[in-house]
Amino acid sequence: MAVLARKPRDLADVKALLYRPEVRQVAYQAALLAALAFAAYWVVNNVAANLRRQNIASGFDFLSRTSGFDVAQTLIEYSNLSTYGRAFLVGLLNTLLVAALGILAATVLGFVIGIARLSSNWLIAKLAAVYVELVRNVPLLLQLFFWYFAVLKNLPNPRQSFALPGGAYFNVRGLYLPAPVFLPGFGLVAAALAVGTLATAALWWWARQRQALTGERIAVLWPALAAVVGLPLVVFLAAGRPLEVDYPVLGGFNFQGGVAVMPELIALLLGLSIYTASFIAEIVRAGILGIPKGQTEAAQALGLSRGLSLRLVVIPQAARIVIPPLTSQYLNLTKNSSLAVAIGYPDFVSVTGTILNQTGQAVEVILMTMGVYLAISLLTSLFMNWFNSHMALVER
Amino acid sequence: MTHFARRAALAAVVLAGLAGLTGAASAQTKTLDTVKQRGQLVCGVNVGLPGFGAADDKGVWSGLDVDYCKAIAAAVLGDAGKVRYVPTTTKERFTALQSGEIDVLNRNTTWTISRDSSLGLSFAGVNYYDGQGFMVKKAAGVKSGKELGGATICVQTGTTTELNLADFFRINNLQYKPLVFEKMDEALRAYQANRCDAFTTDASQLYAVRLLTSNPDEHIVLPDIISKEPLGPAVRQGDSQWFTIVRWVHFALLNAEELNVTQANVDEMLNSTHPDVKRLLGKEGDFGKGLGLDNDWAYRAVKQVGNYGEVFERNVGSGSRLKIDRGLNGLWTKGGLQYAPPIR
Ligand SMILES: N[C@@H](CCC(=O)N[C@@H](CS)C(=O)NCC(=O)O)C(=O)O
Repeated sequence: MAVLARKPRDLADVKALLYRPEVRQVAYQAALLAALAFAAYWVVNNVAANLRRQNIASGFDFLSRTSGFDVAQTLIEYSNLSTYGRAFLVGLLNTLLVAALGILAATVLGFVIGIARLSSNWLIAKLAAVYVELVRNVPLLLQLFFWYFAVLKNLPNPRQSFALPGGAYFNVRGLYLPAPVFLPGFGLVAAALAVGTLATAALWWWARQRQALTGERIAVLWPALAAVVGLPLVVFLAAGRPLEVDYPVLGGFNFQGGVAVMPELIALLLGLSIYTASFIAEIVRAGILGIPKGQTEAAQALGLSRGLSLRLVVIPQAARIVIPPLTSQYLNLTKNSSLAVAIGYPDFVSVTGTILNQTGQAVEVILMTMGVYLAISLLTSLFMNWFNSHMALVER
Repeated sequence: MTHFARRAALAAVVLAGLAGLTGAASAQTKTLDTVKQRGQLVCGVNVGLPGFGAADDKGVWSGLDVDYCKAIAAAVLGDAGKVRYVPTTTKERFTALQSGEIDVLNRNTTWTISRDSSLGLSFAGVNYYDGQGFMVKKAAGVKSGKELGGATICVQTGTTTELNLADFFRINNLQYKPLVFEKMDEALRAYQANRCDAFTTDASQLYAVRLLTSNPDEHIVLPDIISKEPLGPAVRQGDSQWFTIVRWVHFALLNAEELNVTQANVDEMLNSTHPDVKRLLGKEGDFGKGLGLDNDWAYRAVKQVGNYGEVFERNVGSGSRLKIDRGLNGLWTKGGLQYAPPIR
């Protein structure tokens, strides 16, 4: 700033000022920023003017208007008398549900396949390799159609449903499970479970400290079971069993009661997790292969068992290699879940698509959709970065 | 991923289109001039609905809506063949029109107040009076829509159908589950796989869709008509000349039928002494001028495409596989609703 404040006495001085790298840098940045701001202003202004000229409604007022359409799966209270804003939320939650369950399933499956591919058993390793090559190279949309129509084709009509143990039924309309109905007093059971879990966590932490200090190993399994299972059970019985089960029963076109899982959700989860698992498997394999053999050998030389050396030496190091690419697979899975609309699952894109068509407010709806996917992606990245720095080896 | 990219690209196109990156933003260009200059009409049609708009395996388009594209091209450019067909899905159709990608939308589209106002479109007329119905499997033994309580219903997204469905069940105090698909093909497949108890759309389309099932005899269309679906051509708001042309091409086809002017006899009719026929075919008066066309505009449309009755019978009526009755689409003189203002 001192440079800028000094009054240039003549032309040479001004020139000298212009040639200073830091001045130039600031000037370039400022110019770029101004250009960007102008471009943004111009786009917004132009869009608004054009919408007005074409007589197309704009603004976000529509969010509080009645939607007038129904959604097949709603995790929160919703009907066609609810607002468009609430419909957005319903779609968003449906997407988050698929993303969360899909990430979970894909991770488990991916790790299993990835490790299987490194197995010393020839058959298992080959099968895993075939899985990866096959699944990775077929477009996801085709796989979704395959799973959806394969699932539908092989399921019976409601009247010939497969009866599953425990009062559950499976038919072409979905999986019908008995639903728990919580009666008053169940809060106490939940509280007991929370207390038990906290106590177990404290116990575990204490046992670890203790082992680090004295080398003594304390078994926590039994006290933990007592706290997590026993305590809530006792409270449950004492409170007079405040829980009932709502069983699905056949009536009219279909089963009523219980919870229903749509076949669309099942097919989408199958498709997304099987597809993403093939990529995760490769990432896991690369992560494990990326650890020099010497590390395992050294761990075994110290007397650690195969399992312990994997758990204490190989996996913590492999995790550092695995986490960043794993993050992008999670993001891919979330974004790929927007294919849901092809097979009738009411995800965010499907619901916003309906909203767009009913309101005609393409610009607003598309902006909101992009904003939501951006936010989901950023939050996932943020979490994974935090997790990554947590896992990273502290270099000394 | 590619799907997502496609969506993002679509979003970008929409935004860029609406931002009006060209000078078109300020100067109101006339669609008629654009079409004439291009030498081709760009017509938004269905992606594949037999009877209304569908391409055969050689890529030749046909259907009631397609014939309207041809009639407009014949009137404006003198040649019904000078049309580029742009298949649009239920979701894309309005954006395609708003952004100027197509000149006119002829895609079994229902005229509603919101589309006619806040979507920035104008409907030029009704080329098919329709209403929403249900198709169910015969085996289900359902006789009326009111027996569909608790049913799962397959429907296509981005349609008036989706909304009427909610209304119908609300009015009758019945529960239902909508299963919403982006494409008709998948909705129909899911229905055939017994995922849904019923498939719903405009009744005319149910006849077409029924023929697309693997065994049409297993399905019936219920008698209930639960909504009004006046289908017709739509254009962008703010270009009244183009709007008037599209609207009067429709009226010309109707007037031709009323006056018994057909594709076969139109040349003889040029010598008719009937004043209405003379005005229609441009032998009397100077009505093309007001539209920005010449006086043979209606003659060409009828000559190359036929009158409304011929278009109807050929595509959806007795001359087609759909065999739909004229019903509401008969001329007003024959107990129907089709009525055109006079050419004078
Ligand atoms: N008339 C209604 C519905 C028209 C409509 O799009 N119908 C569907 C259901 S048959 C259709 O034409 N689908 C053909 C396709 O997209 O392949 C509207 O304008 O919203």
